[in-house]
Amino acid sequence: MLSKSDVFYDRYERKAELQHQTHYCPGCGHGIAHKLLAEAIHDLGAKDSTIFVSPVGCSVFAYYYFDVGNVQAAHGRTPAVATALKRSCPGSLVIGYQGDGDLAAIGTAEILHAANRGEAISIFFVNNAIYGMTGGQMAPTTLVGQTSTTTPWGRRPANEGYPIHVAELLATLEAPAYIERVSLHDGKNIMKARKAIRKALDIQRAGAGFTFVEILSPCPTIWKMTPVEAQRWVEEKLLPVFPLGILRDRRPAIAADGGPPRKPMAEVLGLTRDAAGAIPASGAGAAVQPVTVKVAGFGGQGVLLLGQMLAEIGLREGMEVSWLPSYGPEMRSGSAHCHVCIAGERIGSPLISNPDVLIAMNELSLRKFAPHVRAGGLILYNQDALPAGFDAAAARVVCVPASRIADDLGAARAANAVLLGALQAETATFGAEVALSVLVAAIRNPSLHELNRKAFQAGRSFAAERTAAA
Amino acid sequence: MAAEKRGFVSVDVAECKGCGLCVEACPVECLELEAGLNAYGVHPAHYTGAGCTGCGICFYDCPEPGAIEVMKIREAVHAPAHQG
Ligand code: SF4
Ligand code: SF4
Ligand code: SF4
Repeated sequence: MLSKSDVFYDRYERKAELQHQTHYCPGCGHGIAHKLLAEAIHDLGAKDSTIFVSPVGCSVFAYYYFDVGNVQAAHGRTPAVATALKRSCPGSLVIGYQGDGDLAAIGTAEILHAANRGEAISIFFVNNAIYGMTGGQMAPTTLVGQTSTTTPWGRRPANEGYPIHVAELLATLEAPAYIERVSLHDGKNIMKARKAIRKALDIQRAGAGFTFVEILSPCPTIWKMTPVEAQRWVEEKLLPVFPLGILRDRRPAIAADGGPPRKPMAEVLGLTRDAAGAIPASGAGAAVQPVTVKVAGFGGQGVLLLGQMLAEIGLREGMEVSWLPSYGPEMRSGSAHCHVCIAGERIGSPLISNPDVLIAMNELSLRKFAPHVRAGGLILYNQDALPAGFDAAAARVVCVPASRIADDLGAARAANAVLLGALQAETATFGAEVALSVLVAAIRNPSLHELNRKAFQAGRSFAAERTAAA
Repeated sequence: MAAEKRGFVSVDVAECKGCGLCVEACPVECLELEAGLNAYGVHPAHYTGAGCTGCGICFYDCPEPGAIEVMKIREAVHAPAHQG
């Protein structure tokens, strides 16, 4: 019996009504391509190990249909996203699905380089020679003489260039394992497309490299034809320009030098801890406790560097670490912040919503981030006292006048070293020795080492005296 | 075994978009578009009732994942009838 594949969701919860229908126009080739893909995934038994990357374009909603892992990529970036997914989940079947606008216009660089690297992913390229989603502008694949909203006189090579033959272009590269162009214009060719799709996935499964299937597909709506006429148009007009067939079918002979060395990051960075050169196993660094820290302040206060130093302390002790800076104009001036995770096991997300520790270099950051510190957490605030009317909520707040202490020592920029020292003394999270060595290593100018050492010790003493006085 | 016993096709009227690709594709011309409209406002396909070989062409030509189903009637199912 042939019926709807279980790789499709039973209901497509895109909108309230018509939850059993795709959003594609009647007679659109996307539906057929989806059907062939779903069936292939089912038959491979790969439903639970497939990651489908949806593009921008008419097939933007593919993730509403395929009951597999789904990721939506930005315009043209599907091959780059698929690369990341495949490299981080090597056991999964990674499928990229793109239209001609997405793949052959804005995403030209991504597809070319993914193919050139021989990424073990499968990209299915639905070519209907037009921008369907946005109403029919010329695509890179639009035929010479074909009218579109942006070539109402018909595409002219002298002005718009010639159609791009993507399959042929990729076949000039060394690395791809399999490239074929198929068409959906009749039953016989649909069965050939079915075979090509399976083959691409099979080859990916075998780990043999990059696979690519270009699918000529009808777009009755934009071509302003009936579905049956559109199939004929594929056969009569597209086929002569985009000939069908296998352009590449071989395992690429990529030099077996094994790629870059697979070593723990700590080792690559030369961060060996003991004299014997042994790297402590992940999470074995009893000297460092797992902790999440948000450092926030004004650009130029050493906020990002302080975060980096914390991460490196964890790294030197064999912990898993991440450091995630805020990006954008903040990097130039204004406020900046970063997230640091020091963990005993692999870190799922470097983003921290509720940090254990907040280091607030100014009042703005204190007000902004303090409410998110987890209950029982710690806030180090760079001032003599809390601002009026501030409620510390669930966290413990320690005011460390780091900037003032640093000023007294002779350099305002050492405020972050004071805070590092204060954090060391306030918590049992990491040792003073490792923190000092990281601090010294992080400061390039040797003439500032002594100053920073002093600042660090001043921060420690401040916290220790505070505790003693309490 | 008679040809008309080899397959059976059923169209989900609510999911059919009336594109007519299945009608065009069926080699034995046993599908047609209904005169009436479905809730979507199109003429859905339907099986005329005889002749389906179960070849599956209409299934693969149809762009809607759930619009059309093809049952292939296997010979084994009919074997007892022949023996009887
Ligand atoms: S515009 Fe064309 S490609 Fe897009 S859904 Fe409609 S028929 Fe398919
Ligand atoms: S299965 Fe084949 S014979 Fe039967 S309706 Fe479909 S296309 Fe026609
Ligand atoms: S091909 Fe599918 S959607 Fe189109 S008329 Fe036939 S059953 Fe309906």
